[in-house]
Amino acid sequence: MATLNVNGTVREFEAEPDTPLLWVLREQLGLTGTKYGCGIAQCGACTVHIDGETVRTCVRPVSTVTAEQKIVTIEGLSGNGSHPLQKAWVALDVPQCGFCQSGMIMAAAALLKEKPQPTDADINQSITNICRCGTYNRVRAAIKAAAQGGNTRNAGLAIQHADGSTT
Amino acid sequence: MSRAVTEETRKVDASRRRFLGTTAAAFGGLMVGFHIPYAHAADGGASAAATPEVNAWVVIKPDDTVVIRIARSEMGQGSLTGLAQLVAEELDCDWARVTTEYPTPGQNLARNRAWGNFSTGGSRGIRESHDYVRKGGAAARMMLVQAAANEWKVPVAECRAAASAITHQPSGRKTTYGKVAAAAASLTPPESVQLKDPKDWKIAGKRLARLDTVDKTTGAQVYGMDLKLPGMLNAAIRDCPVFGGKVKAFNAAEIEKRPGVKKVIQVGDSAVAVVADTWWRAKTALEALKVEWDDGPNAKVSSASIAETLKAGLDARDAAVGNRNGDAAAALATAARKVEAVYSYPYQNHATMETMNATARWTPERCEVWTPTQNGEAALAAAAEAAELPPSKCEVYKLHLGGGFGRRGAVHDWVRQAVAIAREMPGTPIKLIWSREEDMLHGRYHPITQCKLAAGLDDKGNITALQMRISGQSIIAGVFPQNIKDGKDPVVFQGLNPPGPEASIGYSFPNLLIDHAMRNPPVPPGFWRGVNLNQNTIYLECFLDEVAHATQQDPLELRRKLMADHPKHLAVLNAAAERAGWDKPLPKGVYRGVAQTMGFGSYVAAVAEVSVSDEGALKIHRIVAATDPGHALNPQQIEAQVEGSFVYGLSAALYGECTVKEGRMEQENFNTYQVMRMDEMPAVETVIVPSGGFWGGVGEPTIAVAAPAVLNAIFAATGKRIRDLPLKNHSLKRA
Repeated sequence: MATLNVNGTVREFEAEPDTPLLWVLREQLGLTGTKYGCGIAQCGACTVHIDGETVRTCVRPVSTVTAEQKIVTIEGLSGNGSHPLQKAWVALDVPQCGFCQSGMIMAAAALLKEKPQPTDADINQSITNICRCGTYNRVRAAIKAAAQGGNTRNAGLAIQHADGSTT
Repeated sequence: MSRAVTEETRKVDASRRRFLGTTAAAFGGLMVGFHIPYAHAADGGASAAATPEVNAWVVIKPDDTVVIRIARSEMGQGSLTGLAQLVAEELDCDWARVTTEYPTPGQNLARNRAWGNFSTGGSRGIRESHDYVRKGGAAARMMLVQAAANEWKVPVAECRAAASAITHQPSGRKTTYGKVAAAAASLTPPESVQLKDPKDWKIAGKRLARLDTVDKTTGAQVYGMDLKLPGMLNAAIRDCPVFGGKVKAFNAAEIEKRPGVKKVIQVGDSAVAVVADTWWRAKTALEALKVEWDDGPNAKVSSASIAETLKAGLDARDAAVGNRNGDAAAALATAARKVEAVYSYPYQNHATMETMNATARWTPERCEVWTPTQNGEAALAAAAEAAELPPSKCEVYKLHLGGGFGRRGAVHDWVRQAVAIAREMPGTPIKLIWSREEDMLHGRYHPITQCKLAAGLDDKGNITALQMRISGQSIIAGVFPQNIKDGKDPVVFQGLNPPGPEASIGYSFPNLLIDHAMRNPPVPPGFWRGVNLNQNTIYLECFLDEVAHATQQDPLELRRKLMADHPKHLAVLNAAAERAGWDKPLPKGVYRGVAQTMGFGSYVAAVAEVSVSDEGALKIHRIVAATDPGHALNPQQIEAQVEGSFVYGLSAALYGECTVKEGRMEQENFNTYQVMRMDEMPAVETVIVPSGGFWGGVGEPTIAVAAPAVLNAIFAATGKRIRDLPLKNHSLKRA
């Protein structure tokens, strides 16, 4: 029995050492918010943080992650959807099918930690995740809104929410 | 009030009564043992089952929660929210209390199709069900108000409903939908209903937030791939990579000794699956499995051989006519001048982010399938056939789709496989997930075609004749061959049809002939977001650009001259041109291109602004896209669809190509099948110009103008005319 530190909790699991972290998270630990999209680190749907850095877990053997390293998945990013990016994502209705969005948000969270006021070039360089529905422009707008303390007005979307607010 | 409406409500009524007896059992059974992840369902696990429905579309719980039933699938396109808006508008309910749930295909079958068609493709989700879902909402409102009037013993005409509350106007007495819902459920549905005038809409037509966003930001949204059932096993599959090939032999016994592996199974005559405790173990065991294939009759088929077959069709004598007036051949023969060109369009994979998957449990008495599908009823039919059970003994539970784009609609090959595997282990739920490689090798590909165009010109440069010969693959022949009539696939002419409400050409030519020589290579085709509108719009819109250049006309002005009898097409073209500032100068080095078309019920046009560096690097700066979908149900979601359609259309234009070698596809993953990413995404300005009076789709039409607008702008920038895609195969470097 090996252990991983995931979302602040020590979790036990059993898997062959070369099993990608992605499949340990999804199948052993029940954290299915992290997605399988390609298996070759191309699409970024499987992105999590390990000690604050983004990792594409579909190609990361679980044996190369130590019990001490701190893994954060989409489920642990805030625990309750309160991360500024999650709030911006909801305010601007970013997701379409949503399948790639966990990875998008995790990549964006790491970017904002490193560069709290990212330029368009920073965003282009850091967010290389694939979205087939085509949410890129709203992803960009939401990252900027989160960077600006939740100012969603600049996106100009005027979305009416059920609570009566408009973003 | 039409007779059809009355009959519809009667039908709903009759089936509702039948359903009341079984509803608790059906929903109850569903909720036992695990949480069915309805799109936005179940507050705290309380299912709608506890409360009798007002009608097929509406359940109101005692706490005033409104559950709206949605028959079409949500795959990102937003129609879950749009359809709920339509019902809620007529229901006059409190939008803040609205949740949704999917009825199952089995329930639809049992209730004489109370929810109508489940098919979610062709941008039809809203445009083909707006009428009956609104009537469902309106009828429910009338029953709720009647129930309140009955309770108060007052005339119903004195009662008004708004935001889930009913007021008796003379006395000021109030009640809520939740308090009268049970009484309303026992009333006879109204004979006739009056729908609101769209100008009075308060919920429909508004820029409302989607109902399904929050869970997609926390990881809580359950997709098909995420499903977990008690005792479930996992399967990985490999179908013969060569189309039409078969399994000869494989070393099952050796692989079955691997850790976690339960069984190695041949699926049909062409595939092998490994079932294991985890999917990763199943997949790695499958990779270790040595399979001997019989490559079959297509082992020598290649992209080159397919191109030759199609090329021959360009000049073949026999072809099915799609649109004709005058005598194009005669006019061409006497034309002062001719412009001619040959275009082509490649195979492309849908490449949904979530690969194909389904979970199946089979016993000799019953088969259940959980899967992301664009058409629950078609999935049920596929499951029943594979299970060799009547559909009434099968059920499909629709799970959220990680993208559809047409792949998950017509053909449910993965469902058949999952059921075939489950039959080998009766009673055990088995989740089959395709690897990305399997998904790329066994797509239902965007059909491949070539097109030969010829325009006859008079001495003033006016077009006297246009001839378009399309040669190539028919989706209908591959998917619904029974719908081919006299050798003709009518869908192949999308965007080129004679004037009418669907996919009609936007130009008039004195002499016109558009025909199709069907050539079907042994590669399975499918409906791919935008379908045949994609290539047809490239062919016609780029060729018209060639004519404009050859006759030294402004491409926009040339189009306008041909569009006098097509006012809706023209209005949308003008809307795009105006917003783009067609007449205004551009920054140095930036060039424009334009395209327009009509399909999936909507009129669309786009202007693209691009620059090309001396080294040949393309930058798409700005897209202006105009669309007239008749009615605009949720403008902010239309904007999202239009933006997304450009990602899909431009990914196809820049990179999308599946090539065939030795009978199989060469591209197996995103490293060789590139798609557009953030850094290439242009700004998209969506101009919505709803002219009313009809309902058009928005998920697909603008895809078709993405590539031609950009290709025409590239020509303006470089003088290079790209006639075959994708662009990655061409150098735009300055000579």
